[in-house]
Amino acid sequence: MIVGEQKPLAEIKSMLQGVHRVLVAGCGTCVTVCMAGGEKEVGILASALRMATRLDGDGIECDEVTVQRQCEWEYLDPLAERLPHYDAVLSLACGIGVQALAQRFPEAWVLPGLNTTFLGMPPEQGIWEERCQACGQCILDRTGGICPIARCSKQLLNGPCGGSQGGKCEVSDDTPCAWQLIYDRMSALGRLERLLEVQPPKDWSAARHGGPRRIVREDLRLPPDYRAA
Amino acid sequence: MASENHRDPQIVAFCCRHCAYAAADLAGGLRLSYPAAVKVVELPCTGRVDALHLLRAFEEGADGVIVAGCLPGECHYLEGNLRARQRVERMRGLLTEIGLEGERLEMFNLSAAMGTRLAEIANLMTERITALGPNPLGKRRR
Repeated sequence: MIVGEQKPLAEIKSMLQGVHRVLVAGCGTCVTVCMAGGEKEVGILASALRMATRLDGDGIECDEVTVQRQCEWEYLDPLAERLPHYDAVLSLACGIGVQALAQRFPEAWVLPGLNTTFLGMPPEQGIWEERCQACGQCILDRTGGICPIARCSKQLLNGPCGGSQGGKCEVSDDTPCAWQLIYDRMSALGRLERLLEVQPPKDWSAARHGGPRRIVREDLRLPPDYRAA
Repeated sequence: MASENHRDPQIVAFCCRHCAYAAADLAGGLRLSYPAAVKVVELPCTGRVDALHLLRAFEEGADGVIVAGCLPGECHYLEGNLRARQRVERMRGLLTEIGLEGERLEMFNLSAAMGTRLAEIANLMTERITALGPNPLGKRRR
């Protein structure tokens, strides 16, 4: 899932300076399950904003809405009638949802309420960890299902480095050494010999280094007359 | 609410039916008096307490909020009271960010046999809230 974290209330308040009516818009997909921007968090933030801005002065009118997914037009379109009533939309979606809103509704002043943090998962309730960097060329077959691109601080393809101590990364005691994890898992699977193969430099052009990425599936595209504008 | 007098704080007490709510009953049976400022809301467990219950109480003008659940280890649903405390702590932080005093919200643990303690809690919070003054968001005529 895409993992996000709500911005501090003070930062959100400062973004909303001069705004009298705001629609706080949640997203029912990734940020709901990472408890950062779903219906519940929309309710909490809207209530907090109403109170905080009333204490500061006149108060902002904060309405609430949560759509199933902010990153698809069909879920955004029902908002079209409501948006003209607001000075701003505070999106609690990830950066994709914020941009989708801004693109779909060019007249709307769209603001981000979250910091989109990483692609990850909750290894236990209340903790989220990064697992993928969307590098565009998956190598998990060679690393025992543990990604050194996302989980090694140096993104080493042939690790570990000298900073691996007691199974931890030198960057932080909270960070397990990804290459220790890879070694342990390959060892448990009886496939250690695979690690003897030296990995050549990765083709980073499939990652962000090649610029913004795009996928086109001609078999899925609609005929030109039916395509979204 | 009966009182419109600005000297009387309004305190909402979210009480678990297995302990604090029964303790309030016991306090009555013992003829203990506690401030009328405290308005009891019965819950099946403090685990039912949601961040929104707490925030909306303040948004609607409550001067203080009490969450009263079972003693640690004695929750009928095992750990509803422990989870409630985590939520209360987080909301205290948020209240401070909002600009209200976090001390207006407090969680207490007690058993159904502690009617006297319930009256003490009601007195303690009423005194604290009176000292802090009314919730500036109060909608009541002041």
